[in-house]
This record gives sequence, C-alpha cells and structure tokens, in this order.
Amino acid sequence: MEDMRDAMLVGRDSEGKTVLRPTSPHLQIYRWKITMLQSILHRVSGSALAAGALVLVTWLAAAASAPSVFAQVQWWIASPIGLLVLFGFSLSLFYHMASGLRHLAWDALWGFEKPQFNATSAWIFAFAFVATAFVWGVGFFLVQG
Amino acid sequence: MVELSLPANSKVGRGKTYKAAPGAKRVKNFKIYRWSPDDGNNPRMDTYEVDLDKVGPMVLDALIHIKNEIDPTLTFRRSCREGICGSCAMNIDGDNTLACLKPTDDVKGEVAINPLPHMAVVKDLIPDLTQAYAQLRSIEPWMKSDTPPPDGERLQSKEERALLDGMWECILCFCCTTSCPSYWWNGDRYLGPAVLLAAYRWIADSRDEHAGSRLDALEDPFKLYRCHTIMNCTQTCPKGLNPAKAIAEIKKLQFERKA
Repeated sequence: MEDMRDAMLVGRDSEGKTVLRPTSPHLQIYRWKITMLQSILHRVSGSALAAGALVLVTWLAAAASAPSVFAQVQWWIASPIGLLVLFGFSLSLFYHMASGLRHLAWDALWGFEKPQFNATSAWIFAFAFVATAFVWGVGFFLVQG
Repeated sequence: MVELSLPANSKVGRGKTYKAAPGAKRVKNFKIYRWSPDDGNNPRMDTYEVDLDKVGPMVLDALIHIKNEIDPTLTFRRSCREGICGSCAMNIDGDNTLACLKPTDDVKGEVAINPLPHMAVVKDLIPDLTQAYAQLRSIEPWMKSDTPPPDGERLQSKEERALLDGMWECILCFCCTTSCPSYWWNGDRYLGPAVLLAAYRWIADSRDEHAGSRLDALEDPFKLYRCHTIMNCTQTCPKGLNPAKAIAEIKKLQFERKA
C-alpha cells in the first residue's frame, strides 16, 4: 500500500459487505484564500526563475561566442514572444523576492496574525507589479533615450 | 501524493431536489453532499429548499430541520450545538467550519455543504477521522514528567500559563487539518496543523519535562516540515486559533536546538 490512508477507503455497507468509500472533494470545492494562492504562486514563480536563468545563460553564452550568434539571440529576445518571456521572468523575480522575504519574516515568527498575513499578501502583489512596471519603464526610457 | 482531481468513484453527480412547501416566503437552497455505502452509486449533491422562517439562525439548525422534517436519511455528526464539541465540522460555502457557529445569513445564495475535504467518506457529511486521531495519539498529548509529583499541584507562574493560551482552546474538530493542501497530498505522513498545535501545546508547557524528546520525534521531513505556511489552517479555524504560528514555533525551536 503506497498511502496508508487507502485503508480508510475500505468501508462496509449495512449487510457487512466491503465497499470502496469515496474521497471527499477538496480543490474542487475549497474557497481560495489569498495566502493559498500565493503559496502556489511562490512555487510557480520559482520554477519560472529557473527557466528564466536558462534564458539569461543563453544570452550570456551568445555574447561570449560570436557577434552573429549574439545578434540572433538578441533578435529572438526582442521578438514579442521573447519580450513576453522577459516580462514573465521579471514579474516572477519580484514576486518571488517579496514572497521570499515574507517567508524569512515568518521563519522569524513575524507576521502570523491573520490581519498581518492578509496585509502582507496585498503588499507582495503590489510590490511585484510596481517593481516590474518600474524596471520596464526604465528599460523603455533607456531604449528610446 | 498530489492528485488534483477526484478518483472515478468520488466524482460528484447531480442529485434530487426537495421542494419547499408552497407558501414558504424566505426559501434558501441547501446543496448537500450525499453518499451512502448501500446503493453502489457515486456521491451526489441533493438540493433542499428550506423555509428560513421555520429554522434557527445557524447552518446546523437548517441541517437538523432537514433531517427532522424533510429527509431523515441525511447523516451528519452533531452534539453540543455551541462550538465546543467539534462534531459538526464540515465544509460550508467553501470554508471548513462548525455548522453550529456558522450563521446561514453569512452565505450568499445557495449554501453548499460538503464533508471535510480530502477524507474517506463514511456516509454523507461524515468523514473517517481514524488517521487524524491516530496521528494525535502519536504525539502523546499528555503531560510527561520524570520528577516525582509534589504533594500538591504542579505549579506554574501566570506567565508560564499564559503561554498555553490559544492552544488549550483547540477542540480537535480538524477543520484546519483538512483545509491544508499539504495534508491533502501528504496526510499519510504529515501530521497536519491540529496535531502539531497539540504537540506544541505540550512542548510549551512549563510542567512537561519531555520537550526534547517531543522535538526529536517531530524532527522529520514529513511529520513537521510538510508545513509550507499555506495558512489555510489559521484562515479557517472556527475558534480563531493560530496553528500556523504554533508550527512555526516548533520549527524555530528545532533550529535553535541545532544552532
């Protein structure tokens, strides 16, 4: 038996015959909380950062190899899809940073009261969007510059 | 193990609708999870139209009304009807809570009622709590002391006693444990918030002399460290307690011990 809770799924009917019990619904019915959403987003953004790191390494490796290769990678990154990937990378970075800082605060026992973690949840989203917008604003300004 | 969807025998179908008596003025629909071991069918959601003028204010009042007046086969646990026994823990309108403490008026529209999430269903709204109780037993939730007992009571200062506030109030309804996605996926080995709160209640007790061995027993990648601070436990506790904080206190003690 892989999961010992499987034993709980064996029940009996009124005659004493064994029947398979259902598992009660969970994700299907549970009302999402902001903290629950942010917990899964922390993992998603962490995975996105790993993928983004590959993009960064590709870019650096291209810069180190040959001008023609670098131009090709630059073209790819400047394409709409490339920009979208960069945008997701930067948003993930700022989200993961803010969320990670809250994990540090939690490890130090700060911010466990319900009003506190619901407030920090809002701050995390606000920081992620504002910081991303700021970086892209500066980036476009420099390109236009 | 993470399984986002329900197994085939657990998928919930449409059920019957029980109409309110004609002339009922304030009708509210209660959509309730039904499963019986006797008919070989999948679970279904039955709808009961309840005349709110005929029932008390809480969801439990409506459930008792349905069982008494509409459908005696509806099965659920209840006892004290005042939030101290923990029997009527269930998922109401997406949140785990006690039916006796949940005002029906708090729910907008239909009142969807399910058993505590991701548990084996015994019948209708009754989950099998065998695993959760066994896990509670595993942390030995009683005072352990090696020094011989004094003539009178074992005394505590007011400050030492105050450390237990927010923990002794737990009624073990397991609303928190069954709200935790980590417990849904790894409840075979992760102890879950209710049991870890109970564990910290004894670790923090100045009269208990086994904090060290209690921490030893919890130092395990699954028992303790499957808590990923998702916070559903503290968000949902019908008694307003903070299991997430108690778990963080245990993690901190584990860290300080090693440092």
